[in-house]
Parts: sequence; C-alpha cells; structure tokens
Amino acid sequence: MTAVGGVTQPRGATRWLLRANTWLVYGFFYAPIVLLVVFSFSGNRNVGVWGGFTLDWYRDFASDGNVQGALRNSIQIAVASTVVSVVLGTAAALALERFTFRGRQVFDALLYLPIIIPDVTMAVMMLLFFAQAAELLGFSKGFGTITLSHIAFNISFVSVVVRARLAGMDDRLEEAARDLYATRWQAFRHVTLPLIMPGVAGGALLAFTLSLDDVVITQFVTGPGWTTLPVYVFGLIRKGVTPLINAVSVVMLLASMALVALSLATQRVRGGQDAIDARVGPDQGLP
Amino acid sequence: MTGTLPPVDVAPPEVEEDAAPATPEFEAASLRQERRRGLLMALPAYGYLVLFFALPLLIVVVYSFATRNRFGGTDLSGWNIDSYRRLGEPLVRDILFRSVALAVITTVICLVVAYPFAYYMATRSEAVRNLMLVFVMIPFWTNFLVRNFAWRVILGTDGPLSQVTEAVGIGETRLLFTQTAVVLGLVYGFLPFMVLPLYADIERIDGRLLEASRDLYATGAQSFRHVLLPLSMPGVIAGSILVFIPSLGAYVTPEILGGAKTTLLGGYIVTQFLTARNWPFGASLSFVLMAVMLTATIVYFRKGGRTL
Repeated sequence: MTAVGGVTQPRGATRWLLRANTWLVYGFFYAPIVLLVVFSFSGNRNVGVWGGFTLDWYRDFASDGNVQGALRNSIQIAVASTVVSVVLGTAAALALERFTFRGRQVFDALLYLPIIIPDVTMAVMMLLFFAQAAELLGFSKGFGTITLSHIAFNISFVSVVVRARLAGMDDRLEEAARDLYATRWQAFRHVTLPLIMPGVAGGALLAFTLSLDDVVITQFVTGPGWTTLPVYVFGLIRKGVTPLINAVSVVMLLASMALVALSLATQRVRGGQDAIDARVGPDQGLP
Repeated sequence: MTGTLPPVDVAPPEVEEDAAPATPEFEAASLRQERRRGLLMALPAYGYLVLFFALPLLIVVVYSFATRNRFGGTDLSGWNIDSYRRLGEPLVRDILFRSVALAVITTVICLVVAYPFAYYMATRSEAVRNLMLVFVMIPFWTNFLVRNFAWRVILGTDGPLSQVTEAVGIGETRLLFTQTAVVLGLVYGFLPFMVLPLYADIERIDGRLLEASRDLYATGAQSFRHVLLPLSMPGVIAGSILVFIPSLGAYVTPEILGGAKTTLLGGYIVTQFLTARNWPFGASLSFVLMAVMLTATIVYFRKGGRTL
C-alpha cells in the first residue's frame, strides 16, 4: 500500500468502484450544465428538444427590455451590497481574529447564523422587519431594502473568508512592523492589509456572486421597478419554460464561471482553500 | 558652548500603550484598551447584524404569536398560540412529514455518493487533488436557479433523458413534477456541501492509522468501520447538517421541479406570506424551521464539532 496524501489507497475492486463513482459524480455535476448550453442554441420552442442551430434566443435576450433592466438592477444591488459588506466583514474578521472583547462569542455565533439559516426563513425575517419599519418610518421597498438584506448575509461570508486568511497569517509580521515604529494604521496599511488582500478579494467575489444569485430573499423584499434578474427568470420559469430562459441562464452561467475563475486566481496561493472555507467555514483546527 | 556637543537627550522614548507593561494596573489598563479596540472594530458589523438580523428574527417570533385579522393583516395585540396549534392539522402534518422525509433522503444520498468521492479525492496526489477540487467548486459557485432550470430542461417531456431511455428501450420517463425530481434537484444543488467538509476531514487523517489496522489483520470493511469512519465523523455530521437544513427549507427546487402534490415546507411558508396572507401562521412555520436549524447546530458544536 502506498500512502498518497496521508490516506492509503485501496486495491482491487474497491479501487475501481471508487474511480467509477468519481467519474459518475463529475458527469452528474457537468452533464446538466453542458446540456443547458447546447439547448440554448436549439431552434425548437420546446426547451429540451433539438431543432437545429440558432442564435435567436440570444437575440431575444439582447433586445428584451425587461431582462436588460433586471440585469442592471442586479448589478447595482450586487455592487452596493459587496462594497458595504467587504468593509464591515473585514473589520469583523480582524476584530475576531486579533482581539478579545466583551460579547465576542455572541458576535461569533451571530455571524454564523446568516450562513446556515435557510433562505426562506431569512426572507420571512426581512419581510416582517421591513413591514414594521415601513409602518414606523414610511419608505417604499426597492433598492434599499434589497441591498440592506443582501448586506445582512454577505457580511458573514466575507468575514469567514477573511478570517480563514488571517488565521493562516503569521501575526509576528505585524508585530515586527510595530517594533520598527510603525503606527497601528501604518502596520495595518502596509503589512496586514496586503497580506489579507487575497482573502478580502475572495470575500468580495463571493459576496458579489451571492448577491447576484439570490432569488428568495430578494423576492420578499423587492418593490416596484426593482426586479432583479434571478427574480425575473424565476417568474418566467413559473409561468412556463421558454428558450429565452435558456439563453438568459447561459449568460448567468458565464457570469458565474467568470467569477469562479477570478476567485480561483486570487486564491491560487492556497489552492482554492479560502473559497471552500467561504462556504463551508474556516478550518481553525482544534484549540 | 562652541566646541561642545549639545547635551544628548536622554529622556526615555515615549512608552507605547502596549509595550511591556510594568505594573498590574498598567497591564489591566492596556488590556482594557485592547478590548475597547476590538469592540470598536467589531461594532459596525455587530450593530448591523443586531439591527438587520437579530431584530428581524425576534419579530418573526413575535408575529408567530399574533392573530390574523379579517383583512389579511396582522393583529399584534391578542397573543395566542393558535398558529402553533395548526401545526397538528393533517394537511400541515403531511407537509412537515414530507419535507423531513425528502430532506433525509437527500442527505443520505449525498452522504453515500460523496463519501467515496471525497475519499478517492483525498488519496490522489496534491496536483490532482487541487484540480478535482476546482471542478467541485465550479458547480458550487454556479447560479442555483440556473442549475435547477437545467434539470427542468433534461427531465421535460421529450427531453434528453426521455430520449435516452426511449432509445435504450425502457420507454419514456416522466420524472418532472414528481418527488423524485425534487430529490434529484436537491442532491444536485447540495452535493458539494457534503463533499467539501468530508474531503477536508478525510484528507487530514493520518494514513498510518489505516495501515496499522490492516497490519493487525482488519479487513477493508473493518478498517473502514472502526478507523476511517470514526475519524471522519465530524465531516459526516457537518456535511449532513449543511445538506439537511437547506433541503428542509428548500423552496426554489420544489417550485421548479416539483408539482402540485409535492408542496414542501419552504413553499408552504412562502404561500402563507405571498398568497394566503396569513403572516402569523407563516411566522410559526418559519420558527419551526429555525428551531430545527438551531438545534442541529448547537448539538453539533456541543459534540465537539469545530466549525461548520
């Protein structure tokens, strides 16, 4: 038996079964994505039936005012919520990894909740909250309510990615800077920040992706004129599937792929580990 | 004064607040200052989450004890537990039962498929491992709605799956709008949530422990049962929670792939808010979902889970 990567490799039939299972899983992951792309070029009105090559659905996509408007809304909301959650999430990560303070544990737990709470529950929370707030303050739902809700879950994801980065960082570097008479701000600006930058960038990309992806929460807090692309597509799917949805889906797919590629590029140093931590939680080891 | 150097400034350099404190009082003061700094840094996010997460959560709880008035509004004055009583109604019980059943099935399928996958991945060389990981990450980051829609295309009437089964001679398949389709969609959506924590745990296991068990004449199955599985248990539990919770609250997948007879908890909650306008009942259903989530998480951390 040879030990590769710490764990021993089985022999014989087990090994072949493991290999077959692996290929099947990858097939399962990718076949639907590939088929979706293929059928977006199909000339048949029935989405799953091949009817000759066409670009009609992409032309529809380009000329559909509703889709374009929804796309614009999605991007505006994603940019705004990403900027705010990156600042708040990074500060939270630094506070948790570098300091002890009163209420630290409560804060830590509170930060985890938005990650594991089901979409529907959070959607209900935001709906009731904004209904109450609107009664008191009198505002209408739209850009503000959607962005505030997205920030509420994005802070957590950003802080998890940045914390993973901070945990793997040698804090003696910052101490060395301080020993050499750097002020706190200088040490942060010239030592800590550059070192955690891949984490911050990774967190930003994840926040951007999650904001662009969200359907359920957005659907609950959106207002007139602020339909986002996923909410619009979800509505279309419920009314009846058309090949236009295929084309829009492929465009969304490409956007996701571009964001993954960017994210992997920023995390290259750690082989994508930060990106995993982002969704699964950082590995901080046993105390 | 000519010819002599100006007196050297011998005053000690300014003592920095965190430079080696000399007295206990000094130490305590420095500690207090550090704490203030930490709190100050956490404060914006802390405040934000209290206002836009903890408070909304509290409002849901309050609403679940309120009464729905005749106009579909909510009367917050008369508190009662009527909304929770309704959980026992046959229709509601069926939905709860079905949701739990499908979430359990989804979790078990994910576990059975992901464990060998994660194990295989952990036994590759580092370069292969990283590459495999990247190809797990891609579907992970891909738009969830799009991934569900892809199955709608595949399972549709005369769709690719139907054509394949017809060509093979099994006949047309009609999976769309069934519970099978929902489970398929859920497994597809959440499988990466199972793979990643399992992989992270299995990869860290000391391979010599497995070798030792084999040297002591354990069969492959025994070695799996008594060594590999116990050591990877935190990953199994973390992955199961990460799949079970979103499956239980799933709304998008049943909506796209399920039919009228497959209403699940998530969809039922949404109906209470957007169609039936019974907010107190919807809030009590959400609270059930929240309670399951909190219990699962707390049990996990109590049992020594590191992090989800």
